[in-house]
Amino acid sequence: MRVLVIGAGPAGTRCATRLAARVPGAEVTLLGAEAALPYDRVRLSQLLTGESDIPGLITHELAALAAAGVRFRPGTAVAAIDRAARAVRTARGEVLAYDRLVLALGSSALRLPLPGGDLPGVLAYRDLDDVRAMLRLAAPGGRAVVIGGGLLGLEAAVGLAARGQRVTVVHALDWPMERQLDRVAGGLLAGRLGGRGIAFAMPAKTMAIEGTGQVEAVRLDDGRALPADLVVQAVGVRPNAALAAAAGLPVGRGIVVDDAMRTADPAIYAIGECAEHAGRTIGLVAPALQQAEVAVQSIAGEAAARWRPAADAAALKVSGTAVWSAGDIAGEAEAITLHDDDAEHYRRLFLREDRLVGCVLYGDTADAGYYLDLIGSGRPVAPIRHSLVFGAALQPVAA
Amino acid sequence: MTETRTTCPYCGVGCGVLVDAKGAVRGDPDHPANAGRLCSKGTALGETLDQPGRLLHPEVDGKRASWEAALDAVAEGFRSALAAGGPEAVALYVSGQLLTEDYYAANKLAKGVLGTGNIDSNSRLCMASAVAGHRRAFGEDLVPGIYEDLEQADLLVLVGSNLAWCHPVLHQRVLAAKAARPAMRIVVVDPRRTATCEGADLHLAVAPGGDVALFNTLLRALHARGMRSDAPGLEAALAAPLGPHGIPPAALGTFLDWFATTPRTVTLFSQGANQSSAGTDKANAIINCHLLAGHIGQPGAGPFSVTGQPNAMGGREVGALANMLAGHLDWSVPAEVAALSAFWQAPKLASGPGLKAVELFRAAAAGRIGALWVMATNPAVSLPEAATVRAALRRVPCLVVSDCTRDSDTLALARIRLPALGWGEKDGTVTNSERVISRQRGFRPWPGEARPDWWMIAEVAARLGWAAQFAWDGPAAIFREHAAVTTLARPAPRAFDLTGLAGLSDAAYASLAPIRWPVLRPGVPGGRLAPAARFVATAFRPPAAAPDAAYPLRLLTGRLRDQWHTMTRTGLVPRLMAHAPEPVLAIHPDDTALADGGLAAVESPHGRAVLRLRHDPSLPRGACFAPMHWTDRFAPAARINAAVNAAVDPVSGQPELKHTPVRVVPAPMRWHGFLLARQRLGADLAPWCALLPAGGEVWRHELAGTEAPAAAFARLRARLLGPEARWVVLEDLAGDTHRAARLANGRLDAVLFLGPTPALPPRDWLVSLFARDQIGSAARRTLLAGIASDAPPPSPTLCVCHGVTEAKVCQALRAGAKTLAAIGAATGAGTGCGSCRPELSALLTRMPERLPEPA
Ligand SMILES: Cc1cc2nc3c(=O)[nH]c(=O)nc-3n(C[C@H](O)[C@H](O)[C@H](O)COP(=O)(O)OP(=O)(O)OC[C@H]3O[C@@H](n4cnc5c(N)ncnc54)[C@H](O)[C@@H]3O)c2cc1C
Ligand code: SF4
Repeated sequence: MRVLVIGAGPAGTRCATRLAARVPGAEVTLLGAEAALPYDRVRLSQLLTGESDIPGLITHELAALAAAGVRFRPGTAVAAIDRAARAVRTARGEVLAYDRLVLALGSSALRLPLPGGDLPGVLAYRDLDDVRAMLRLAAPGGRAVVIGGGLLGLEAAVGLAARGQRVTVVHALDWPMERQLDRVAGGLLAGRLGGRGIAFAMPAKTMAIEGTGQVEAVRLDDGRALPADLVVQAVGVRPNAALAAAAGLPVGRGIVVDDAMRTADPAIYAIGECAEHAGRTIGLVAPALQQAEVAVQSIAGEAAARWRPAADAAALKVSGTAVWSAGDIAGEAEAITLHDDDAEHYRRLFLREDRLVGCVLYGDTADAGYYLDLIGSGRPVAPIRHSLVFGAALQPVAA
Repeated sequence: MTETRTTCPYCGVGCGVLVDAKGAVRGDPDHPANAGRLCSKGTALGETLDQPGRLLHPEVDGKRASWEAALDAVAEGFRSALAAGGPEAVALYVSGQLLTEDYYAANKLAKGVLGTGNIDSNSRLCMASAVAGHRRAFGEDLVPGIYEDLEQADLLVLVGSNLAWCHPVLHQRVLAAKAARPAMRIVVVDPRRTATCEGADLHLAVAPGGDVALFNTLLRALHARGMRSDAPGLEAALAAPLGPHGIPPAALGTFLDWFATTPRTVTLFSQGANQSSAGTDKANAIINCHLLAGHIGQPGAGPFSVTGQPNAMGGREVGALANMLAGHLDWSVPAEVAALSAFWQAPKLASGPGLKAVELFRAAAAGRIGALWVMATNPAVSLPEAATVRAALRRVPCLVVSDCTRDSDTLALARIRLPALGWGEKDGTVTNSERVISRQRGFRPWPGEARPDWWMIAEVAARLGWAAQFAWDGPAAIFREHAAVTTLARPAPRAFDLTGLAGLSDAAYASLAPIRWPVLRPGVPGGRLAPAARFVATAFRPPAAAPDAAYPLRLLTGRLRDQWHTMTRTGLVPRLMAHAPEPVLAIHPDDTALADGGLAAVESPHGRAVLRLRHDPSLPRGACFAPMHWTDRFAPAARINAAVNAAVDPVSGQPELKHTPVRVVPAPMRWHGFLLARQRLGADLAPWCALLPAGGEVWRHELAGTEAPAAAFARLRARLLGPEARWVVLEDLAGDTHRAARLANGRLDAVLFLGPTPALPPRDWLVSLFARDQIGSAARRTLLAGIASDAPPPSPTLCVCHGVTEAKVCQALRAGAKTLAAIGAATGAGTGCGSCRPELSALLTRMPERLPEPA
């Protein structure tokens, strides 16, 4: 059986290596548009701060992939899928046939449709090339503006600050990381990062990026212009679904898949950030890897292969901050909060119908596992509600 | 080192204490009452010396005034009340905490100067019925026995006396005697199963109000066994209707048998018997039985009334009660009245008895009292029908209150406030329950402008034109005069005779050793008395108000072991508050559907109080019990006397504090809570509030209320706001749970807990945190849980995706994991986004010896 895996991110790489190991006789080929060996996207911020170098990010050496039974072809973008012929055509015109096709295309960084948005010095933050470009432009003492105060924007801001940039984060809401943090935790975080020299323009909208031949400033809706030698846009991602759409597969935000990660074409799977399951796409590595495992099982012929979304957990990977959040923190819910001014500890639990559905931990994340387990298991919490916010230490028997 | 020899001011046992220069207290080994023993209250005397909230200066109309001005105002107030309404329109209400000399001066002012019988004492609440019973039986207020009789008895019957709590040192003496002579028997007659029952051989759970019936039954049984007496009145006593006592036949039979066959029998009775509308009859029913059986006047035998107050006896001796004259002299003996009038040079001597406590305040409420001087007592709290008493105090145009503390609900209502001396400052004598006169000696400087009560009285008398008759230079002179009164109109059968002390020099007074009266010759103490006596017919009467469908339970009130009166002294001592810290209503679990620990309202037709409900299976069915100490200052909604009726004994006028029909109903609250703080925030924090000192400078405020919990939380937090305040706050709006701690530089300042039910964490651990300079991060993490956690300090989360801590990873390494994959298999760490893998690898290289150890 010929299996073609397109996209050498974490989902694709995991899928390819596991298929080679599990499906006897499978011919597994992994294609990646990027020139690099499979690397750890999540730790790009460590490259930016200087805590890691490029070799340190590589997750799979060529030899290791070969030994695992995977044919890896970097720098090979796929341009089209011919479902009837069960073959793909690469950008260079090469045609590769498949029995099973796995799409692990990931997402692309969004760019705001701003005047001056295509000026040199305006970057995204998604892959190795983006980080390389940042490092090139980040001359000491320079000014950087990060548009978007989400998780990625803050990591970029901290990384650039570590490279000696004077950084301002422009964020549309009152507090950063609003998808992971509530207002209080966000405020605490902004205060802490502010103490490290990262300025916030918040709430503020970017109207234009200004400059002649090179970015010079970011113009805000209140009229202010923030001088900038470098602008990073971290305003969200769009799943890479165009290839599938062009092949006539149903797509929404992402490529629509069933519980076994199969698209409408039973020979084609989609996993990771490009896939849309039950109307939702994912944005983290852990579920992407789980999806890869499910696809492998399904291709291996296991009928029971099923992907069940679990609660997402995310943390800001910035040293000196302990920020963790999991589950649903946006919907209507009862809240339990515990806030210690001096220790800068804060936590907020979100409850719905006597279940823990979400959680924000700031300052002390030791109970992350305890809460993640509670969110995942959906156990009723009424009997322990009075001590819930104090975490595992005060529970009679940790489950 | 010199020690001051003085007397404990907390109860009628009258223990001798020695106080050293540093204020440390020990029992006086040479005092006959206690021979070195002390109870918890006595031992804590040293801690009550420095009382905050002292009244230090005279005040008139709320403003500080000079003594001259204040005393002028008192004299003027009494003069104009006399002019407007005559002697009936003036009154003194005094207290068993006064020394005999103060008492004497007050009585002389009332009956001699003002010409009124309107002087009564809070002793009325304590033992007026015993006094009346003694007078009916012996013709005089006499306690025949001495404490040694309690030890020498072969049968000790305790009636309405929770000796263990109310007279602890006597209880210790009794238990020691029983330990030495196990054959000695103790019978407790009490509707409640009290602490005293623990050491007893037999508990007779008499129906509330059934004591007379029990002793009437005993009297007939003794007679049936052939016992006879020449004393008058036996026929009528035997014919008196028995009444129901509710004791099962077997227990009754045992008791009758023991009493009949044990010549050395003492029946000890106190407030439980006295505080009843048949209190006087109870005393006489008891005395009747001792007369018929001949159990009296010999070692180990006799009826024995024990007073609650330290100097109730002294007040009785000087006659500072509305129905007594002075020095056991009697209005009914014209020669005695004439002798006193001449001795005092008081032509306008009061012509007859005045108003007793409850009547007095009813008269005041009706506007018939123009000037009232309240000394060293807090009737706004301690009297029944407290609402009426408060109204009465407000209505008196010239209300004078002399007290040492500001913390008195009565003082708050006064027009003229006079600062009095407290224990350790004043000098004089007290008499305990076995007629032993002991000195109280001052050993501390007088604070502020505080003065002795007798001095204030003498100054007012002088302003009313009686300077010569009140020209004492100190308590010794007053004592001599008091002793001299007992020598008037003799020969007479009056046993109270201090002839042998009437010539005491100042020096002899200063060094006076405890001495029992009668003292006929200098230095010769009295002993056991065997007075001529008569039987009194005591027809059973049920309690004034009987339970009915609307008010089905009987409310008993009493004291807790460590509390003394209305807590003005002991309320400030944490150790004494620890024993029973909250205002609690005890009830048999089968008598209520309400849960233990919740708030319940006790309602009677007279009023209502809200207390914390405690299930207590040791109570008899149909009864409930509440302590009487709580005041406006400490727990305004829990003042039980608001609900107690003011039925009084027809003979003694003593109120029936032990028996009010009530119902116990829920007191619904939206929230319950507590607040611990370094300052006292007042008892008005919440609709229900009880204030308790919790050690250090910490005050505990127990709270409950009916507003929305979040609103209450915001309101209470606002009371705690301060410039430097840093907070730890827990909020669970939907769960109605709100908690906050205020800190300054890592030191705990205040803690506030609110929840929907009374189930809140224990306060002790939180209180203990106040003593620390820094509460520390471990305590800080569980501060608002209210529990110390022995869990290790938090370990950082390494794996975000699966929430795995460093501690868990180390555990896996110790258990043998040697690769990233093994760690992942054991803990899940590193199998998500993988960003923690570098840290995991770092831990792997450090294994196994140098891993962080679990705390
Ligand atoms: C800076 C940064 C930090 C992050 N931090 C975290 C974190 O801490 N925790 C976490 O869980 N997640 C984090 N994420 C998100 C995480 O990286 C993604 O969720 C994850 O990489 C998704 O995996 P994937 O395999 O689905 O897609 P991707 O990693 O996006 O991989 C898709 C690959 O497919 C390639 N491709 C696309 N189209 C084609 C084509 N036509 N032909 C060939 N190849 C193609 C792309 O070039 C890409 O290399 C972070 C992301 C970034 C950018
Ligand atoms: S028994 Fe009474 S007098 Fe003796 S120490 Fe205790 S309170 Fe004081």
